[in-house]
Amino acid sequence: MPDDTILEVNDLQHHFDVSPPALDRVLRGKGRVAVKALDGVSFSIRRGENFSLVGESGCGKTTVARCIVGLYRPSAGNIVFDGVDIGRLKQRNAMSRVRRRMQMVFQDPYASLNPRWRVRKIVAEPLVTHRLVTDKAELRTRVGELLEQVRLSPADGDKFPHEFSGGQRQRISIARALAAHPDLLVCDEPTSALDVSVQAQILNLMKDLQRRLGLTYLFISHNLAVIYQISDRVGVMYLGRLVEVATADQLFSTPRHPYTQLLLETIPRLDPPDGSSGEREPVAGEVPNPIHPPPGCAFHPRCPLANDRCRNERPSLLIADDAFVACHAVHEGRLSSRLAEPHSPARCD
Amino acid sequence: MTPKNTEPLLRVENLRVEVPSRRGALTAVDDVSFDIAPGEVLGVVGESGAGKSLTGAAIIGLLEPPLRIAGGSITLSGRRIDTLPYEAMRRVRGKEIGVIFQDPLTSLNPLHTVGHQLVETVRTHLDMGSVEARGRALSLLGEVGIAAAEERIDHYPHQFSGGMRQRVVIALAIAASPRLIIADEPTTALDVSVQAQIIALLKRLGRDHGTAIMLVTHDMGVIAETAHRVAVMYAGRIVEIGSVRKIIDRPSHPYTAGLMASIPRTSGPRGRLQQIDGTMPRLNAIPEGCPFNPRCPKRLSRCRHDRPDLIPSGDADVACWLYLPVSEPTHA
Repeated sequence: MPDDTILEVNDLQHHFDVSPPALDRVLRGKGRVAVKALDGVSFSIRRGENFSLVGESGCGKTTVARCIVGLYRPSAGNIVFDGVDIGRLKQRNAMSRVRRRMQMVFQDPYASLNPRWRVRKIVAEPLVTHRLVTDKAELRTRVGELLEQVRLSPADGDKFPHEFSGGQRQRISIARALAAHPDLLVCDEPTSALDVSVQAQILNLMKDLQRRLGLTYLFISHNLAVIYQISDRVGVMYLGRLVEVATADQLFSTPRHPYTQLLLETIPRLDPPDGSSGEREPVAGEVPNPIHPPPGCAFHPRCPLANDRCRNERPSLLIADDAFVACHAVHEGRLSSRLAEPHSPARCD
Repeated sequence: MTPKNTEPLLRVENLRVEVPSRRGALTAVDDVSFDIAPGEVLGVVGESGAGKSLTGAAIIGLLEPPLRIAGGSITLSGRRIDTLPYEAMRRVRGKEIGVIFQDPLTSLNPLHTVGHQLVETVRTHLDMGSVEARGRALSLLGEVGIAAAEERIDHYPHQFSGGMRQRVVIALAIAASPRLIIADEPTTALDVSVQAQIIALLKRLGRDHGTAIMLVTHDMGVIAETAHRVAVMYAGRIVEIGSVRKIIDRPSHPYTAGLMASIPRTSGPRGRLQQIDGTMPRLNAIPEGCPFNPRCPKRLSRCRHDRPDLIPSGDADVACWLYLPVSEPTHA
């Protein structure tokens, strides 16, 4: 593993138990049922990089984030943060030291701030929890600095969350996440609950902070345009698996996996694609039920290129040119006819 | 308003929605006028709190008290509907105006099969027996693209996926062949690939049946793909209304321009997005003059005192002093 890797996730699995009640299992002979929310996800993030996960609801992107920050315990696989395998940490102290260095910004700024606490207390919480600042006056100064860093005023510390708009609340969340000087910020759909003009403010702020503080981001979103704007590298997820990992430029100019192509083709565009009146035939089908994912490649029921191998054998994430793709069609070269005419930038506008 | 060849299906004039508060009435929708022609899709965009959903709710007579219509008129095919008594309005709703809300799960009754709900809606508005109504329900499900309708009609809402539920909601909305559909964020709760399917369905309805659609959403991508004209709302007012290409490609109002520039794209240069500094004012703190003036990069001195009206400017109607032909503005 190269030196500049800050986070490495290896074959991460997380299963949710959705079994019927115990009595049903005994009396009716029903078995245990597990949803494989994550089914072998591996990736690594370099220091200072902005790595994004994108996918439709239920694909497992939030579960990845929650496993990394320790809100879920993975069923299998390991997470290595700066050389330390987090899953092996048994002592509270050791875990707490790692936790300080990665912080999370949640999706819903209305639910992630305690309505009964003043903003000052909310932002100071990580400083107090990790005993970084003990002096009261110093705490006050530090909170003021943090609020200024996210372009709020130190006087805002005396207010309650309900006095702020959604965008301002998300700034408070970011200030709280930055309080403990983290290295890695895990951002789970940080702008999904915001209006576009406010979204632009928050994305710009996050970029500024990254440059100034040397932060590493794991950014999670279902919005491909946001992903394109903010990411260095992107992982596309489908039903608990990574199907493609590539740099943002590559992913948006030459998507390789058929699912990535589907995603890019279905984004509603501001400008109609060249040579059409804006009419597009939408791809049929929806994400299948994750309790009984299709065998083989999980995408095969919706894939125009699926053959017998796709229906039976699960593809692994292999290198294809300069991206990683999990697709038999790509690896066998069956996709070559489509790849020969890469998406021009105008087409995925 | 832009003159039209066809008689408008819906005409909203000087609509004003107020909510009483301890310190006098607050105006949530202020002097909003527009019309929709048969078969036309009018997109209504704006940030949350801009009044776009309230405008929709006012048209279908579903403003939640204490919100109330305090002025203006709403006319559907030449008949005033904002003054109708509750029972009469109930017959208009569903029969002449269909409604699609954002969350398909809360718009359906979880205790009844979708067939039951469709038959109930059909029989409420159309003179049909139960067998005939069931036949109509089946054809509605087929029309909105639900495969194996014969089997699915006896399923409960929880047995449908999100996209399929929204199709059922659309089937309910068109059950009595209304001439107008008010769709409030119909695709916001859905994934992109399903969203594209629902957009295609809405467009087909407009084309095949001449159904007019008022599409309320904050997603400009959806508007660009669906709407013919767009109204942009800010702080309870329409600031600009015009054809969809005009609004997207050549916005006039500084707010529209800022809004369009702040939308992230999936191609072209990356880096900083353009942003509009500040936030939309709250109802109790709408500034004097043009409500956008504190955030406006092109503010003139009169913007702080005089409220601009929506006036024709080129191929759109704009409420902005920059586009007043006879004024001689001085810079602030």
